[in-house]
Amino acid sequence: MDYIFDGIVQAIGLILSGDPVIFEVVGLSLRVSGTSVLIAVLIGIPLGILIGTREFIGKRVLLRIIYTCMSLPPVILGLFVFLILMRQGPLGAYQLNYTPTAMIIAQTLLVTPIVMGLTYNIVRDRAKDVGRLGKTLGGTGVSNVFLMLREVKGGLVIALVSAFGRAISEVGAVMIVGGNITGKTRVMTTYIAELRSMGDYSQAIAVGIILLLLSLIVNTILYQFQQRDEK
Amino acid sequence: MNRLTRKQSRFSIKTVLAFCLSMALLFSLFACGGGGGVTETEEVDLAPTAGGTIRLATTTSTKDSGLLDAILPVFEAETGIKVEVISVGSGEAMALGESGEADVLLVHSPAAEKKFVEEGHADATGRKDVMFNDFVIIGPASDPAGILTVASNDAVATFAMIAGVEATFISRNDNSGTHSKENSIWEKTGITPDGAWYVRAGDGMGAVIAMANEMLGYTLADRATWLSNAAKTELIIVCEKDPSNILYNQYGVICVNPDKDTNINHEGAVAFQQWITSPAAQKLIGEYGKAEFGEALFTPNA
Repeated sequence: MDYIFDGIVQAIGLILSGDPVIFEVVGLSLRVSGTSVLIAVLIGIPLGILIGTREFIGKRVLLRIIYTCMSLPPVILGLFVFLILMRQGPLGAYQLNYTPTAMIIAQTLLVTPIVMGLTYNIVRDRAKDVGRLGKTLGGTGVSNVFLMLREVKGGLVIALVSAFGRAISEVGAVMIVGGNITGKTRVMTTYIAELRSMGDYSQAIAVGIILLLLSLIVNTILYQFQQRDEK
Repeated sequence: MNRLTRKQSRFSIKTVLAFCLSMALLFSLFACGGGGGVTETEEVDLAPTAGGTIRLATTTSTKDSGLLDAILPVFEAETGIKVEVISVGSGEAMALGESGEADVLLVHSPAAEKKFVEEGHADATGRKDVMFNDFVIIGPASDPAGILTVASNDAVATFAMIAGVEATFISRNDNSGTHSKENSIWEKTGITPDGAWYVRAGDGMGAVIAMANEMLGYTLADRATWLSNAAKTELIIVCEKDPSNILYNQYGVICVNPDKDTNINHEGAVAFQQWITSPAAQKLIGEYGKAEFGEALFTPNA
């Protein structure tokens, strides 16, 4: 019980004291997960809209693959990326393992299917209407994507929130490709795992609380966007 | 119709702008990514006298006990070489060495280290002793297997007694140095531990000590990690200082064979090996823990 209470007290202390270690860890978490979600959005939303608005051969198979990838275990993905990026692996020349870049690659692969799958689901129901509207307006394929984007942008916030939530909270992939190196690849989740293995439960809880607060802030901001959009 | 077209084109421009903005944001993030951790290492790489960055794969005990945090800053300040610590079990650390993923190893699994050197994964210098501490067998204060009165200096007998009454025993089960030591003790007892009482954890030392505390079980721990965790548990040492030296825990430093991969920073690795076995670093190791735990956690013996 003491650990939990101590953790809450420590969390407040850590936030107020401006401990550089915490700021570094929080900053890297935001940078890695934020970049991953941004890239995932740029790839996943246009592709999700395309899949949702078009019929083509192999669509059902593709969807099944995307849905499966939505629940890909981060550990498996982390191991896969690690092996690819290994010094003696196919992309070893770039020396990316144990760098933030490797973590961004892993998390991008992790959340892109989520953005794509959720976008597809939101778009699917509106596809016919928007398609007809697009045709009326004489738009091309690309401008139809933009038209759809405008129609469903409130719903896409959910995709964004899910992707960010997944990225910022996963530990398996970033632990393997990042290695939890102090001052270089240590993010909040791997730091919590490290603190736990060192038996420093109070500090672990403190970092956990900061992680939750951060998610709350990010989700609140995104939720505001959605609200404004629906007005 | 005219109105509609105008409306559509207005939104298109807006969305295009939004798209451009998000792209700009993305690139700035990337740029900022480069400005963070990555550039730091690059700066070190460019320093003429420095050996850049070395990747040290080491056992969890050297990190979890706080030793590396205490001594590495001194090495970094003296040489300008930045050390990236990957703390894993000794087995995994050596696997990272074998695949050329790490530059230098600090591990405690002598049999596996010998094999590592024999198979040509080390450089010409081979393995060097760094320090030692010892293992202790810890368990609940109630000592359900009754070890304290009978076998408090006999590790093999302790294990046999635990198995005899099927008292809970937590095994690291992670190919670490501690795990291979545990296996070698079981071998001496002639018992193959199995059953509900034998818990295979697959986790680090600190986590396993916490698990033993929760499950009221026994476990084998290195003294350094035990000392730094003891205050948080209700466990006690039931067996230590076996005169047969079976609980002895030697740490060694190995530079990875630079022929494995062109990216291996062998110079930096050699500098680390020379430093950690130097009198100055050895003194630091011998001092570590005295202030906090009342005794040194490791004894230097390079």
